[in-house]
Amino acid sequence: MEYAESSQNESPGPAALFNAFLTVGLSGFGGVLPFARRMLVERRRWLDEAQFNETLALCQTLPGPNIVNVSIVVGARFAGPTGALAAVTGLLGAPVALVLVLATFYGRWGNEGRAPAMLAGLGAAACGLVIATALKMAWPVVRARPISAAPFVAVAFAAVGLLRLPLVWVVLALAPLSIAVAWSRRA
Amino acid sequence: MKGEGGILGDLAVQFILLSLVAFGGANAVVPEIHRLAVSLRHWTTDAEFARLFAIANAAPGPNVMISTLVGWKAAGIPGAIVATLAMCAPTCLLTYFVSRAWERWRLTRVGKAIAAGLTPVTVGFIGASALLLTRGADTSWRLAAVTIATALVAWRTKLNPLWCLAAAAGLGLAGALG
Repeated sequence: MEYAESSQNESPGPAALFNAFLTVGLSGFGGVLPFARRMLVERRRWLDEAQFNETLALCQTLPGPNIVNVSIVVGARFAGPTGALAAVTGLLGAPVALVLVLATFYGRWGNEGRAPAMLAGLGAAACGLVIATALKMAWPVVRARPISAAPFVAVAFAAVGLLRLPLVWVVLALAPLSIAVAWSRRA
Repeated sequence: MKGEGGILGDLAVQFILLSLVAFGGANAVVPEIHRLAVSLRHWTTDAEFARLFAIANAAPGPNVMISTLVGWKAAGIPGAIVATLAMCAPTCLLTYFVSRAWERWRLTRVGKAIAAGLTPVTVGFIGASALLLTRGADTSWRLAAVTIATALVAWRTKLNPLWCLAAAAGLGLAGALG
């Protein structure tokens, strides 16, 4: 990606990238994107707001976890392949280790005493977070394009959520159609 | 019954395929992870999938960790590592190589149409994730009330979601949700 050369700080190396994304990975619950923005734009000033939005737009268009893609693009931009590897390792290493520790506790004590009740409460709240994410994303899309986008939201939801069709087939059937509609709308 | 190597290979192939259609991140492919782990491979049950998702949310970090836990359930720690790498590595490589080329035509008509076309499909998938998870998790009206309350707080306020998770876990621990 091309960024303005007038970055406020000199280019960070792999170690700085690792540390920054380690902090990002450990600060967010239920998604860490807001923390990535705070770290990259406000605290380290490696990117300005517009650069961050551009990076995010690219990463949302590509498959894969958005924040993982952000770490790759930012790491590669400042320190090449080593930087990308350092950033993604920093982002994922600690959370994955931590979740495996939790999983081990769960495997041993998950069915004892009050643990199932606690997990049930936690699970119900986690569902609420996903519903909120869906609402936050759906609201602007449905409002801006009620005719050209809202039907695709509904069909994708019904095909995967209600009919339980394999997601790969639904993507292959719906995405080209949806892209074609978006294309013709801009003609 | 497959041997351990067979399960690891299976995990790798399945999560690589999943990652390549994971437009909009890991939450969008939760229905497919659920279908794979519960209906197709019987690595876990519907109710336990909801608990694994809860654990993934109780740890800090990206949403991708539901795949870590499904891998763990299927084949222990090696399974967890294989599933996580399979979910991340191919798309990381893709992102690395595409990012430079993409910048040149991102703002062209094709680029905008691709972005605008993928978004509604992704949003529908995340809605489907919410439905499936809620169906597995909310086994009583009290739990459903927790889900609705959390959804409203997370949707309408900027409160750190950690507080909702902690409050819900606390209510469960106190026996208020049974």
